[in-house]
Amino acid sequence: MPIERTRATAYIWLMSMTDETPIPKRPSGFWSYANPVKFLAFSARVLPVLWWLSGICLIVGLVWGFFFTPDDFRQGSTVKIIYLHVPSALMAINAWFMMLVASLIWIVRRHHVSALAAKAAAPVGVVMTLMALFTGAVWGQPMWGTWWAWDPRLTSFLILFLFYLGYIALWEAIEDPDTAADLTSVLCLVGSVFAVLSRYAVNFWNQGLHQGASLSLDKEENVADVFYVPLLVCIAGFVLIFIALVLYRTGTEIRLRRTRALLARETRA
Amino acid sequence: MKALLRRDLILAIRAGGGFGLGLAFFLIVTVLVPFGVGPQSELLSRIAPGILWLGALLACLLSLDRLLALDWEDGTLDLLATSPLPLEAALSIKALAHWITTGLPLVLAAPLFGVLLSLPGPGYLWLVISLALGTPALSVIGTFGAALTVGVKRGGLLMSLLVLPLYVPTLIFGAEVARRGADGLQTTTPLLMLAGITAGVIAIMPFASAAALRVNLR
Repeated sequence: MPIERTRATAYIWLMSMTDETPIPKRPSGFWSYANPVKFLAFSARVLPVLWWLSGICLIVGLVWGFFFTPDDFRQGSTVKIIYLHVPSALMAINAWFMMLVASLIWIVRRHHVSALAAKAAAPVGVVMTLMALFTGAVWGQPMWGTWWAWDPRLTSFLILFLFYLGYIALWEAIEDPDTAADLTSVLCLVGSVFAVLSRYAVNFWNQGLHQGASLSLDKEENVADVFYVPLLVCIAGFVLIFIALVLYRTGTEIRLRRTRALLARETRA
Repeated sequence: MKALLRRDLILAIRAGGGFGLGLAFFLIVTVLVPFGVGPQSELLSRIAPGILWLGALLACLLSLDRLLALDWEDGTLDLLATSPLPLEAALSIKALAHWITTGLPLVLAAPLFGVLLSLPGPGYLWLVISLALGTPALSVIGTFGAALTVGVKRGGLLMSLLVLPLYVPTLIFGAEVARRGADGLQTTTPLLMLAGITAGVIAIMPFASAAALRVNLR
């Protein structure tokens, strides 16, 4: 195909291909999924599996956790909120981390799919953060006697939530997609540094109510095994559903761009 | 660089707004607080360090959208970007000019407003020290926010949303220094942390700001 291989034209061409367009020879392996067509084909293949797996994990984990584990000696049945709280909190942080990696890939290698994946992950991350905050409040009310306390972990989650909001707002505010991707990437990098900084700053500011990690690789301080296994299943479910949602939303973003590219071409012709 | 600094300072003073407005805003916040929480001087003196820090922070924030917006509109930023002076340096100078016109007056006026909130005796010195150390960080971080949103129409609100979370560490340590100072406690640890944050931010943020501005100027 006689086509000018400048970045812009190549991009428009890639984005405006239909699913039937033959895929040219491209580097295989991980980076080949920077090609939106290949990415879409891959996610179409993987997504049903992911939906099913995550659904099964979540249902098994939650049902097992809610109905087939004993009540805790001191906390009663409120302990069961751990099956929502811990996985969502975990994913709230990891979603930001994934956005950071995707933003770095965008800055370094200029793969549009990567920028779109970061964009797609942000709302999922917001929901996870809100879920962690909400379940925490629901648990904290009977246990700590308060819905909210200015505890370091709680505070840093609230700040993380604000970072997510700012990130999404910046994406929304800028018209040009490449500019938006660049600026949000820079914001994501800077925000990561400041999120970590805030985390330790609030630690200094107030020694909190929140207990230490309930899961860690050194077995000493983990929760009892009865709770541990269903919790792991729930975490697996949350990870899978996060991946599925991000893939799905990235696909939507790619199609949206493709539509825009086609429309732009229509109006120019 | 000197010429740029002089130009920014003169513009800020002569064009009105920038110089006095931040101070006036700070004053109004300070005056409004007793209306909100009641005039008991015991309560006021307990919250005074925090309120003064918050007021200074908000005053800094409000003046940020003037930092780059006017230069963006009349094309000065394009000239700066093509000049031999690195954009990082130009933005550092702009942040410095912003600090001189907003941060410095706030630092100098803070003791006066401390009287209004009946700040305890030993607090004045520490309030001034913490503000003097902390406000440069606010200006530099604010420059980053301004650089991010300079291309956005009516980006003021968006900028607040982006910049305020970034202000959290500075605010925590700055207010902690002032509070401990007012209570007559040891202030070394938060003071060092505050100084560290300011130094780190001054060293790193101009690069992020320049990167964002380059994208916007593209």
